[in-house]
Amino acid sequence: MTTTALAPAQRPGGTGTATPARRPFALLRHSLALAGRSLTKTMRTPEQLLDVTLQPVIFVVIFVYLLGGAIAGSQHEYLQFLLPAIMVQTAMFASTAIGVNLNTDIKKGVFDRFRSLPIARSAPLIGAVVGDVIRFVVSMVVLLGLGFALGFRFGTSPLLGLSACLLVLVFSFCLSWASVLIGMLVREPGAVQGISFVLMFPLTFGTNMMVQTSTLPGWLQAWVKLNPVTDVMAASRALMLGGPTAAPVLHTLAWSLGMLAVFAPLAVRAYRRRT
Amino acid sequence: MTFAFQAEGLVKRFGATTALAGVDLAARPGTVLGVLGPNGAGKTTAVRILATLLRPDAGRAVVGGLDVVRDADAVRRRIGLTGQYASIDEDLTGAENLVLIGRLLDLRTADARARAAELLARFDLAEAAGRPARTYSGGMRRRLDLAASLVGRPDVIYLDEPTTGLDPAKRDDVWSMVRGLVGDGSTVLLTTQYLEEADALADEITVIDHGRVIAHDTPDDLKRIVGGQTVVVRPADPARLAEAGAILAEVSGHQAESPSRGVLTVPVPGDKAFTEVVRRLDAAGVAVVELSLRLPSLDEVFFTLTGHGTGKSSEEARA
Repeated sequence: MTTTALAPAQRPGGTGTATPARRPFALLRHSLALAGRSLTKTMRTPEQLLDVTLQPVIFVVIFVYLLGGAIAGSQHEYLQFLLPAIMVQTAMFASTAIGVNLNTDIKKGVFDRFRSLPIARSAPLIGAVVGDVIRFVVSMVVLLGLGFALGFRFGTSPLLGLSACLLVLVFSFCLSWASVLIGMLVREPGAVQGISFVLMFPLTFGTNMMVQTSTLPGWLQAWVKLNPVTDVMAASRALMLGGPTAAPVLHTLAWSLGMLAVFAPLAVRAYRRRT
Repeated sequence: MTFAFQAEGLVKRFGATTALAGVDLAARPGTVLGVLGPNGAGKTTAVRILATLLRPDAGRAVVGGLDVVRDADAVRRRIGLTGQYASIDEDLTGAENLVLIGRLLDLRTADARARAAELLARFDLAEAAGRPARTYSGGMRRRLDLAASLVGRPDVIYLDEPTTGLDPAKRDDVWSMVRGLVGDGSTVLLTTQYLEEADALADEITVIDHGRVIAHDTPDDLKRIVGGQTVVVRPADPARLAEAGAILAEVSGHQAESPSRGVLTVPVPGDKAFTEVVRRLDAAGVAVVELSLRLPSLDEVFFTLTGHGTGKSSEEARA
């Protein structure tokens, strides 16, 4: 059998210009183009950001005003203690949305289009995760804005305070890949939501976010010490309020890279297999 | 023989279901291959394999000499796909949809914009270019979808039931677009459930049923096999159905079928038979409210080729 291909040159303005040598940059370019798509979609339907806008407000108000007096004796002191940790929790809950969104998105024809284009299989996923960074940024801006209005102040410096935000952003970005994996493995968006929440509750509440670890029963203390989110919250507190930063920050970065290294390839593999 | 794309012995199973049980498809450059079959025949599965979206369990397929599994990326540079459901992003505008695809195809942003504008103009979407695709009508979505599959100037274009759900005027638009693509030198694979559509557009037709090829021919030869045309008769008085049926059977030499209550159809070899039916009905004094000559429906094609209908559609017709 003989088959002939029309050479790219024969096609007017053909697209066969990208050579394999440009691949690494191609993945970056394609992912950024798709992240831009994600961002445009979010900007066009800002109600998607309602959860990350309202959730920090509700949690701060409930915890500080309802429980703060009883727990810490002073609402201001409790706000200082709580806010750096609530930031971690809010970002983690925000990271669950991407699994749900991708699970819905992938059923639409547009993903077939992406699959039939000469781009890396991972590009649509990377693009979606990068585009979702806006959700974390919005939730942090709302949380810090509210915190400052209620009297929260950095105990260190604005620069270190912002680096706490950056660290939480990195952690959430890496955690997003676990959400993407769930979104690829589970059939229905509702189930993705359910599974993500069941996982997020012990991870976020099973920490010293609300009270000192020493006040907890022994078995819970054991979990809190084991839970990597405790490290992230400790790092956030250390950078915003003061105290030793090196160990919790390094732990947080190690966990982040670990999650990225495990969940991102698994998510891409699950995406490839899903038809 | 030189083919723009060719599939040999494609097999694809989904669990216990065999979607394709050894399908061969091929088209020469610059021609249209019509793939005709009912829902569930395996048309979409075959297109998805040729478009690198699915891997075959057995058999192989090449596009422009490149293997769809081994050289998937190179194949993706040569193909355009328009699915049954519009593969466009509802939240983006028409222009944004096309520019995004251009950039994913490594066009420079300015070139991607120029290409998008050119395609929007060609598909009569220039005025709607700045509106989100969710506000588009069904026909506009199909046109945008088709435009999206052409951004990379593909050699081979797959159109999976491009007219399903469109009204006749919109369908004619799509037909003329398909002819335009072939005029540009592209090769088209078109799946359809309508012999009329395959007849109007295709150079060759492959008929598939239950994952197997049951016929492959030019439209003219295929029509010759399935009896060319069909006479449809609806007597004004339902009581005279049997009488009309006898006349049809005498003229055509086939037993007339009743696809729905009060209607009779029978395949006839040529126009003369139709004149004969008209004359005899008149002579017998059978008044009719409907009397027409048309191409066979898919169900009738299947009845002739396999001895059974498409299953689903014949049951629906009788219901």
